[in-house]
Amino acid sequence: MKILVCISKVPDTTSKIAFTDGNTHFDENGVQFIVNPYDEWYALVRALEIKESLGGTVTIISVGGADYEPVIRKALAIGADDAVRINADESDSLYIARQIAAYSKDKSFDLVICGKETISYNGSVVPGMVAELLDVPYISLAVKLDVAGDMATVEREVPGGIEVIEAKLPLVLSAAKGMAEQRIPNMRGIMAARSKPLDVVEPVDATVTTSVKGYSLPPAKGAVKMIAPENAGELIRLLHEEAKVI
Amino acid sequence: MRTDLYQGHDYYLMDELLSEEQKLVRDTVRAWIKKDVSPIIEDAAEKAVFPKHLIRGLAEMGAFGPYIPVEYGGAGLDQISYGLIMQELERCDSGLRSTASVQSSLVMYPIYKYGSEEQRKKYLPKLANGEWIGCFGLTEPDFGSNPGGMVTHFKDMGDHFLLNGTKMWISNAPFAHIAIVWAKNEEGRIHGLIVEREMEGFSTPAMHGKWSLRTSDTGELIFDNVKVPKENLLPNKSGLGAPLGCLDSARYGIAWGVIGVALDCYDVALRYSKERMQFGKPIGAFQLQQKKLAEMITEITKAQLLTFRLGQLRNEGRATSAQISMAKRNNIAMAKEIVSEARQILGAMGITNEFPVMRHMMNLESVITYEGTHDIHLLITGMDITGLDAFK
Repeated sequence: MKILVCISKVPDTTSKIAFTDGNTHFDENGVQFIVNPYDEWYALVRALEIKESLGGTVTIISVGGADYEPVIRKALAIGADDAVRINADESDSLYIARQIAAYSKDKSFDLVICGKETISYNGSVVPGMVAELLDVPYISLAVKLDVAGDMATVEREVPGGIEVIEAKLPLVLSAAKGMAEQRIPNMRGIMAARSKPLDVVEPVDATVTTSVKGYSLPPAKGAVKMIAPENAGELIRLLHEEAKVI
Repeated sequence: MRTDLYQGHDYYLMDELLSEEQKLVRDTVRAWIKKDVSPIIEDAAEKAVFPKHLIRGLAEMGAFGPYIPVEYGGAGLDQISYGLIMQELERCDSGLRSTASVQSSLVMYPIYKYGSEEQRKKYLPKLANGEWIGCFGLTEPDFGSNPGGMVTHFKDMGDHFLLNGTKMWISNAPFAHIAIVWAKNEEGRIHGLIVEREMEGFSTPAMHGKWSLRTSDTGELIFDNVKVPKENLLPNKSGLGAPLGCLDSARYGIAWGVIGVALDCYDVALRYSKERMQFGKPIGAFQLQQKKLAEMITEITKAQLLTFRLGQLRNEGRATSAQISMAKRNNIAMAKEIVSEARQILGAMGITNEFPVMRHMMNLESVITYEGTHDIHLLITGMDITGLDAFK
């Protein structure tokens, strides 16, 4: 079983969000970066579990600059066998998907697993694009994945229940919460990660189809209005006329 | 129990001095603490119960003997990584750090440094994977700061040694599988012996009523005509320098560990000072609170620099016992001051177990006394700089 896991680098959830260059770039100053939790906790850990039960390899792929290497090393410390970094600094989803597809096209991966979204930009589109470019099936938001022979059985949460899907490998998946449990690396894994292969590959030519015009922060929280408990009518009026939520 | 919101503080950009692996080591321990330990630690401290199930997590993560080579079950990490592990464990609780540092520095270290190849192979892998827990017997009821006066002794009986005596204030004793015991032979020379739980005449009564290190088990070691096989003697070093070498390693870990305590208290106090409103503004906006917080981060930063340099020296095999004493003593004094100031910033909330501060404060009362008291460490520095012994 050859599995490719796509890893993204995201700001830690406690980061203070600010922008620079006339609100066109995220200010990375003082920000700590982590592996995108959906990629790490669910996609990578489930890939490792499958490798541990069926044999095979788990390869990490990231599209990013040298600043991606600490998060890639962490994925290797958790247990991936090797990694590749496509040396490009772009945020356009189609561009990233094209790089992943170009790299994996002739590598005969049985499974390509991504987290369901990054917690930074929440795009959720890369895995679907990769599947299309590779011309293989795609299942999104998987909460359970089992592989037997060349068939994958995948569960998805749907309103009011669970949907069970079967698909033939190769397959692209996006992993949601529930697919696996967070795995903490250990000291020996961290030391071993030092000597695992991390190839740096130059990007293939691909058009950047979108560009960011600007970012803005949500409006600051307004002052809290206290309404006496016996004055429910006033609360209803404010919700209706000021907050306009009812 | 409040959510563990801890974030490290790095005022002088010390992270730039750490390797990728060292940062990953630290962040790994921090993640494990937040996931598995922070949610249960206050309860364990309140009940004065050592959370035994954490042994497995510590072992799986590689916190037992991290600097022991891989061939003996360790991870082959450097000394700064070891220090960072101790910092993150003690950031959560000194008792938790004590359990790990006894296993690493006081049990695995002497077996690795002073043991035979057979002893290394027999004990180290099982200590690294947590199957066995060890303890270290040096202190006696009447010999604390003066360990050379110990009365625990062993006699050569031809095919075995006969061990008699009592050790006190021994971390991990009540549940340890083995004990590294320091005792005098018939000539009065101190040797290390590996005593196993099953040996007849060996008992480990627990000590109760501690207001400090409540999440760590402490006990006595009683040897009543214990027959110790001759192959259990550590062959490669004897004399008081042998146990003191282990203490160097443990004290080095404490120097890092208590920075963790200071960082945790500073972190809690800083966050609280920005949230707690009095007289219409956050208390962090008042000069007297800022004085406390500014002095805290200044002292933490100084300790971080001192200890990082000590780690470099230790990696090069050049750190002296006296340099380690200085760091242990300085950092505990620093942490005690910060814990006390943080308690005041938190106001009345600071005395509750909603915050970790009082637990840390009580723990430090042990840490300032064990592994060489605060006063003894000062005399070590005094002797080092004057060449004159003021111990006796």
